[in-house]
Amino acid sequence: MAKATITFEDINVTVTVPAGTRVIEVSEKVGSGITYGCREGDCGTCIMKVTAGWNNLTEPSVLEDKILRENMAGKHNRLACQAQVLGGEISVRPV
Amino acid sequence: MNSVRLVDEEGVPQAVALSERVHWVGALDPNLRTFDIILKTANGTSYNAYVVRGSEGVAVIDTVKEGFASDFFARLECVADYAEIKVIVLNHLEPDHTGALPELMKRAPQAQLFISQKAQSMLKGLLKQDELSFTPVVTGDKVSLGDRSLEFLHTPYLHWPDTQCTYAPEEAMLFSGDVFGCHFCDNRLYNDKVGDFRFSFEYYYAHIMRPFKEYVVRALELIEPLPLKLIAPTHGPILRDRPQHYIQRYRQLSTPALHNELRPNQKTLLIFYISSYGNTRRMAEAIYQGAMQVEDVRVSLYDLEGGEVAPFVDLIEEADGLVLGTPTINGDAVKPIWDLLSSLTVVNLKNKLGGVFGSYGWTGEGVRLVEDRLRGLKLRVPIQGLRVKLIPTDDEIIECKAFGLELAQELTGVRESRVINFADL
Repeated sequence: MAKATITFEDINVTVTVPAGTRVIEVSEKVGSGITYGCREGDCGTCIMKVTAGWNNLTEPSVLEDKILRENMAGKHNRLACQAQVLGGEISVRPV
Repeated sequence: MNSVRLVDEEGVPQAVALSERVHWVGALDPNLRTFDIILKTANGTSYNAYVVRGSEGVAVIDTVKEGFASDFFARLECVADYAEIKVIVLNHLEPDHTGALPELMKRAPQAQLFISQKAQSMLKGLLKQDELSFTPVVTGDKVSLGDRSLEFLHTPYLHWPDTQCTYAPEEAMLFSGDVFGCHFCDNRLYNDKVGDFRFSFEYYYAHIMRPFKEYVVRALELIEPLPLKLIAPTHGPILRDRPQHYIQRYRQLSTPALHNELRPNQKTLLIFYISSYGNTRRMAEAIYQGAMQVEDVRVSLYDLEGGEVAPFVDLIEEADGLVLGTPTINGDAVKPIWDLLSSLTVVNLKNKLGGVFGSYGWTGEGVRLVEDRLRGLKLRVPIQGLRVKLIPTDDEIIECKAFGLELAQELTGVRESRVINFADL
């Protein structure tokens, strides 16, 4: 299975993950400051900044885009409960 | 004569003029004793709504709880025809302020509805009307009523995501929504006429605004520069006497104080424990000793049995890290721990460091359950909790010291970068 790495900049931890892993599956276990509310893409609590490897994540769905807009999310922001790792290197941090 | 005329001789509700062009059209609810499950009130509350008249139309700012709609409409009809209503502003969508909205929109279908950007999805959830048209606004947006106008201030999370304030510059009045409000019912309406509402004001802040202090501070940056003759909140007295006093009080209540006692860059770590046979206590003391090895961390150790919850909540609010020690009894963490945890929703815990430890007899679920709860409260829990079966051995005490050291290092950011395999998590 394709491997990827995701770095949580706020705690300086890099995790090697299989492709398809959602950020939410990793960030809580390593103790990143990305926090979660509904955990199903509806509340916008888990908005994170993708600082590197934007194209190494799945594209946001129409619903995720809507929630990002409603929460006035900035450029290169994603919902950590929705974004899935595709491959390569990715860096994220809480907003 | 101190009273304000809220009804006429026949008992018909009357609007109250705050100025020639602005009227109170709200309702009093003197019998309410519990609000939103979490708040008590010893004399009820009010649902304040306002009308602003300009040369080219009328604005209604907020409405009332559904059961009080008849008072609201009667007062509104004293000062405006429905056909004149050009603008409806909702500063906050909670049902106690939007209960009369569906009926108002039926009576004034031409009115344009203004809500905050973040209120859009909530409006649909509350009114269940997909076809409803509205205009989302942010700070800097304005609407003209001719010789009067309204300006919007984006003040989210005071105390819902949707909350905003509306400023009438020609009147120097701020329609503040729940900000600066309180549950205090007094038919004299104005802060210089009503009874002593200081406790209600502070209590309301402590339960409604306190979890959002950082947002209060951001809102105050927008509010403080405004010339103000009067603040018109949606609950409690209208603040026309020294309105700045209430703004200053919000500033005081929202400004952290602990940093004044700390060295620059010093962090604070609080360890709370409860212990039946002294085993969890021994772990706590070892963790305390371990954490104290890190110079820039001020570590404090508390036995939950020796204190009450409220002051502990105050301590936790300003701390950087929180470590909880609990035995496991009958498969769960013990009640004093849950009592503390269930009292923390009034403070912002986001991104504080969390850690859990405890002694157990045979299963030890308590530590994991509390870890999950800390994550649910939006703390980060990067170091797996430490569990010891019954009496800690000398080696386990050394482990506890290392656990404390690691937590303190995590706080000061001196832990080295790590590479972890997902399968090892």
